[in-house]
Amino acid sequence: MSVIREEVLDKYSAKVYKNRKEHVITVGEGNPDVVSANTRAIPGIITQRGCCFAGCKGVVLGPIKDAVIIVHGPIGCAFYTWGTRRHKAIADERKGEKADSYLEYCFSTDMQEADIVFGGEKKLKKAIIEAMDIIKPKAIFICSTCPVGLIGDDIHAVAKWAEEEYGIKCIGFSCEGYKGVSQSAGHHIANNQLIRHIIGTGDKEPVSKYSVNILGEYNIGGDGWEVEKLLKRCGIEVISIFTGGSSYRDIKNAHLADLNLVQCHRSINYVADMMYDKYGTDWLKINFIGIESCKESLRAIGEYFGDIELKARIEEVIADEIGNIFEELTYLKSKLKGKTAALYVGGSRSHHYQLLLKDFGIRTVLAGYEFAHRDDYEGRTVIPEIKPDADTKNIESITVEPDPKFYKVFLSEEQKNILKEKGILLNDYPGMIQDMDEGAIICDDLNHFETEEFLKVLKPDIFFSGIKDKFVIQKSGFLSRQLHSYDYSGPYAGFTGSVIFGNDLLMGLSTPAWSYIHAPWKSNPCLEARLEVEEYA
Amino acid sequence: MLNYTNKKVYERTALRINPVKTCQPVGAMYAALGVHRCLPHSHGSQGCCAFHRMFLTRHFKEPAMASSSSFTEGASVFGGGSNLKTAAKNIFDLYDPDIIAVHTTCLSETIGDDLNALITEMKIPEGKYIVHCNTPSYKGSHIDGYTNMVSGFINNLAEKGDETNGKICVFPGFVNPGDVREYKRLLNIMKIPFTMLPDTSGVMDSPMTGKFEMYPKGGTTIKEIKDIGNCTMSLALGLKASEPSAQVLEKKLKIPYKSLDLPMGVEATDKFIMTLQEITKEEIPYSIEEERGQLVDIMIDIHPYTYGKKAAIFGDPDTVLGITAFVLELGMIPKYVVTGTPGTDFVERANLLFKKFGVDGCIAKESGDLFLMHQWIKNEPVDLLIGGSYGKHIARAEDIPLVRMGFPIIDRYIHSYVPLVGYKGAMRMAEFITNALMDYQDSHCKEEDLEVVM
Repeated sequence: MSVIREEVLDKYSAKVYKNRKEHVITVGEGNPDVVSANTRAIPGIITQRGCCFAGCKGVVLGPIKDAVIIVHGPIGCAFYTWGTRRHKAIADERKGEKADSYLEYCFSTDMQEADIVFGGEKKLKKAIIEAMDIIKPKAIFICSTCPVGLIGDDIHAVAKWAEEEYGIKCIGFSCEGYKGVSQSAGHHIANNQLIRHIIGTGDKEPVSKYSVNILGEYNIGGDGWEVEKLLKRCGIEVISIFTGGSSYRDIKNAHLADLNLVQCHRSINYVADMMYDKYGTDWLKINFIGIESCKESLRAIGEYFGDIELKARIEEVIADEIGNIFEELTYLKSKLKGKTAALYVGGSRSHHYQLLLKDFGIRTVLAGYEFAHRDDYEGRTVIPEIKPDADTKNIESITVEPDPKFYKVFLSEEQKNILKEKGILLNDYPGMIQDMDEGAIICDDLNHFETEEFLKVLKPDIFFSGIKDKFVIQKSGFLSRQLHSYDYSGPYAGFTGSVIFGNDLLMGLSTPAWSYIHAPWKSNPCLEARLEVEEYA
Repeated sequence: MLNYTNKKVYERTALRINPVKTCQPVGAMYAALGVHRCLPHSHGSQGCCAFHRMFLTRHFKEPAMASSSSFTEGASVFGGGSNLKTAAKNIFDLYDPDIIAVHTTCLSETIGDDLNALITEMKIPEGKYIVHCNTPSYKGSHIDGYTNMVSGFINNLAEKGDETNGKICVFPGFVNPGDVREYKRLLNIMKIPFTMLPDTSGVMDSPMTGKFEMYPKGGTTIKEIKDIGNCTMSLALGLKASEPSAQVLEKKLKIPYKSLDLPMGVEATDKFIMTLQEITKEEIPYSIEEERGQLVDIMIDIHPYTYGKKAAIFGDPDTVLGITAFVLELGMIPKYVVTGTPGTDFVERANLLFKKFGVDGCIAKESGDLFLMHQWIKNEPVDLLIGGSYGKHIARAEDIPLVRMGFPIIDRYIHSYVPLVGYKGAMRMAEFITNALMDYQDSHCKEEDLEVVM
């Protein structure tokens, strides 16, 4: 049993210890390594987790630029998801169809006490009428917040009414904050409605020979654009991105793409699986964070399409991209090699960024997720073992049938087996643990107490996490970089993103202010005369 | 930028667009952070707590600690009593605060959890406290949440002893630590013993020492809060954020109160200083007179740049009224004055200010939003915007300089360390306003008109 792990967990009461010990493991000590995940947070523990609404509206739907998202609830939930997640977008025109961008706006029904008492459906309808008068969007999404489910407002009936009244797309999302145990439930709820109501309703065929969707890429700091640019250079058409910088206009056509690329497995694997069942579209787990990962991902796409010309172009692009960053990369490596890092991010970046850190010679000593499931840690082979518990069993799980018109098979079983022999897994994800060193620590739903304790015992050079613990870490004397918001920098994806990331780390480690933390008189007393100083309380 | 905001004003009664307020609990969390060794606790599902911590952290660039009851669907149906009980045990075990300050969310309010009963039934460790208040998000705004939590501390802790402590109780309003420090400096100069409730200075502007302190040095102590019942009077600064708490104190423990506008600008600060003088009955020290004189000197120096300039001001009611008063003192015209927080006296009080300075055509609105304010600006433009970070879209869309004052300011640093209140704060406001107007002139005038001396 790892000493470090026990040092941290020992301080817990018996009841908390019993719960937490399943969530904190040392890689290589179990055979196989099993980590408890996606269970309820312990009340009062100071979890960093958010809620179902955040996962649905904040994460998956929020970036869809041309849908007016009306948050049905009191003002807070809408306010806090207004411009705070850095999913970038611009209004644009593709294939003759315009997509507006409403991301600078925050829409809410601003429920008042009377709406709680008498119900808020009337106000919601009125809000839609007003949105249609003022903005005239092609799509409206309604997102529920905590009280909506409790008072029994039927947002789906209102959505149906709006579709009939205005001939637009209007979808209700029952993503009340108390559902599930984290943001994860919200991802699932959003995924279900996307496949039910949007994917497959468009008819704009791809124009290029090879086309893909990028799933689970939210264009934080422009990441999605960076990836799209790379793929375009290789000659691959991107039909839609789920959902960074993307639009209702594009997502409608997602079923017409040849292949789905999955960046964030946690948030979008439901759509990936359902598109496989319904349209026969294979999905490939890729990772455009990290230099080696980018190479591997591009090459895997080339192998999938099996086109010699395409494969050659991919090699050219890789060589060119590496050439552009080579000098800077060598310099950054020389400066960053040998450092250690801890990562605690939502449901996917803790894995992806370890590979980018490895490119710089930085070793990961701890990694954890806020709300990932066991498959994100251990790989999808454990899915049959995962049993739904009381908190998650009410999250609707839908099954889809093959679409009579659009179902197509791109690769035969035989071709897939050849790919498998080359190490390219289709419709699968092996999880984070397999990429980690023995002895590293995995911590699921890391709380404030454990953050402080692990800082003390592991002393990483850099702790990557989010805004709530950034200043805790910084005040403790450690460099903290946010891997949700990128500290307002980015993009970090792709080859050029990697050097932006490396430069940000070097900047953080080299900042002169770190050397001024301790006042010189603390270690070197030089007090000779007492000064007359006025009291300044 | 904001391309879908049209000039034509449609009346909206249901759709809120770009609000100038947020919900109650974040205000309660901020108030609780102003109590020493206190951990704010959010009784609801954990998303609220995460959002509120996030926003305070982004505004102050400081840790904002708080815990949550982490409701699940089960608790939402059957009540959150056991969640709160478990939370309290874990909090005292792991984080050892002296006091837990519980507030609610729209979830626990809608299901009707009875906090008072739940807490009474709980086993609380010796010498520790759990206090609470109700903060339904569907009523008022974060300002109401703030005052509800301050009142919660009084309701739960303040008591009357045998004799007076000779202090006054000061309710600072929803302001930054920099402002609280300025109040304290002035109170010290005026030699007035006081208790500040809450006091976020030292907590939300704590120094870098290389060691994270979960409970930094600052904050009103529990002992001080208990002793508030023995104060001679209380002073409520900011009618919306502070007066209700002063009223609670008067009702519960018969402590008389006086309420004042936030001391922003000349006249409101004069009134504050004179009120302090009434309490001490001593002469006002020269150092304060000197500061005031410096401020007026500055106001006369800068008048060619400020006089007649039109401003749109938005934010929290007390702050907006304070800025409006100062802007009028500078000879500017507060064309649009908007708060998202409901409460009709906001409009009345703004109108009184317009009347006093004889300005015409200014509009004040409570329960307003930035979408509406932007439409007004499109119809009749202004020279300057004053408010929080969410004004930056309008500033860019209409090419109007934005001066950041109020809450939340999440795209600039340092603002929370230095005051807007008092004569010193007014100097800072004057500097911000003139710099913004002059920078605009420098970047927009013809090349041959660029002035080196201004």
